[in-house]
Amino acid sequence: MVEKKKTGYWLTHAGLIIGVMFIFFPVWLTFVASTVTQEAIIQPPLPLLPGGEFFENYANALFKGGKEGYGSNEPVINMLINSAIMALGITFGKLTISLLSAFAIVYFRFPFRKTCFWLIFITLMLPVEVRIVPTYEVVANLNLLNSYSGLIFPLIASATATFLFRQFFMTIPNEMVEAARMDGCSPMRFFKDILLPISKTNIAALFVILFIYGWNQYLWPLLMTTDPAMKTIVIAIDGMIPTGDDFGHWPTIMATAILAMLPPVIVVISMQKFFVKGLLESDK
Amino acid sequence: MSEIKLENLKKSFGKTEVIHDLSINVKDGELIVIVGPSGCGKSTLLRMVAGLEDANEGNIIIDGKKVNELEPMERNIAMVFQNYALYPHMSVFGNMAYGLKIAKISKDEINSRVQKAADILELGELLERKPSQLSGGQRQRVAMGRAIVRNPVAFLFDEPLSNLDAKLRVQMRLEIKKLQTQLKTTSLYVTHDQVEAMTLADRMIVMNDGNVEHIGTPLEVYTKPRTLFTAQFIGSPAMNILKGECQKEQISLSNGAKLKVNSNHTGKVNIGLRPEDFTLDENGPIKLKVELVELIGANTLIHGKLENSDEVLVASIAGVLNENKIGKNINLSFPNDKLHLFDTRTDLRIN
Repeated sequence: MVEKKKTGYWLTHAGLIIGVMFIFFPVWLTFVASTVTQEAIIQPPLPLLPGGEFFENYANALFKGGKEGYGSNEPVINMLINSAIMALGITFGKLTISLLSAFAIVYFRFPFRKTCFWLIFITLMLPVEVRIVPTYEVVANLNLLNSYSGLIFPLIASATATFLFRQFFMTIPNEMVEAARMDGCSPMRFFKDILLPISKTNIAALFVILFIYGWNQYLWPLLMTTDPAMKTIVIAIDGMIPTGDDFGHWPTIMATAILAMLPPVIVVISMQKFFVKGLLESDK
Repeated sequence: MSEIKLENLKKSFGKTEVIHDLSINVKDGELIVIVGPSGCGKSTLLRMVAGLEDANEGNIIIDGKKVNELEPMERNIAMVFQNYALYPHMSVFGNMAYGLKIAKISKDEINSRVQKAADILELGELLERKPSQLSGGQRQRVAMGRAIVRNPVAFLFDEPLSNLDAKLRVQMRLEIKKLQTQLKTTSLYVTHDQVEAMTLADRMIVMNDGNVEHIGTPLEVYTKPRTLFTAQFIGSPAMNILKGECQKEQISLSNGAKLKVNSNHTGKVNIGLRPEDFTLDENGPIKLKVELVELIGANTLIHGKLENSDEVLVASIAGVLNENKIGKNINLSFPNDKLHLFDTRTDLRIN
């Protein structure tokens, strides 16, 4: 079971440290590369310690983008904003829709309730990659290409989140609903005053997962954003990678990569406490 | 102040009828306990009064008004649930005030009402706490507080003490009784615990299989059970039922022993004998072959079989039995005015 001896202690730690180094080393290289000059990167060996160009490179990436031949055509800050709008739109949309649909499925007896549930459940098998052609067609016909709505709506329904909330709602004792009815609670009031506060930690946990899902979207934004001003940061990195005879400005690219990584990291760290609680806590 | 009248209530779930044609009158200020084994329909009955289940037939009349079609809240009644059903994210104050807030009662009024209920229930210092920080008994009191603040015309209790440990249960039982006497609010109380039923009730209703077996004061139910079921359900240990035949104010038991009885009934009967009514008596007419003796302290339970018969009998004798009687015969006598006779076909009381 739990090894209390010193050697075991050091061994486990050594194992963990090696694992962390494996994961962290590429990130560190990216960071180092974002703080040196183009020349330092192009000449071997690759520097392992940060250089002095931090502010310049990040300022370039954020505010100038590719205007001076750095690969990207737009200042990265625009792309960060695009990504943030898309990720938050997807997250809040998914949360709202899945909370409401789980509420309907668990607490209301309407015809074809089971059918509705299974229909939602089946959509688990239809992620955007599978239905990308018809979805593109629909979005194009609605004139939503190159718009935030077009970025967000096709990704907004979530069977997983609906399913998770359904399972959670079903663990809430029936007496709670009845007590609320005795108190004169209308259904939507019950949803707002009781169900939402009780689901707080679950919502927070899902928020983290869904935000990262939204932020990391690649295929859909790549396909439907043709206007450089609408590109997301994940696409922007791709667009900066030099092709053909291009050299590309690697410090700027690396700075962009670091910038793209930051928001998910911030979200995870700031919501870690709720996240763990929401996944573990079952005490009501 | 209010009465609850139930007239010819019927309720089915699918094809199974769980309440068959039930009528009850609950008088103003009365505490009625509905008692019965699990699955007898007592909780369903309570939930129909609360409005959480619809009645298939019959009328529910509260305070002279037919309420069948009204929402639970419009019936102006309050219910205390077995698992308390407190809102976990609200403070004690919030839990008690929530119903009032929905009813759009002014802040000052809410404050004063909650404060008053908290004083009655001694919850004053706990108002800011969350339910998870309370003990079982305290949660139970909050659940009652939530009922009190609404000034309802009736309280409904659905096995409110079942989740508490034995000691707390006795204490809360007393508190509920005190509270109800103080507030004089008409109450319906559902339980499967006969001690709770006997101690709390002004009148009690014994239910079995969707039917009312007996309505009466606890004493009536105990001393003059209307049916065989009631006789066996109320009392611990349960009443002994022996087969016998009545003739000329005398009963012969299956082994031939004879008992005197104050009844002119003739024919076969079921005889009910409460274990606690037996006394040890060398000349007693009932001979018992002892199989097992249980010491309880204040009294001794003697399990055995009637001599020359397969019928099982339990006698509860005051004090401690000193000799080891296992395997031996003892003689018991029984006061003839405490015999209960039941018809063998209808199970109704005869004497």
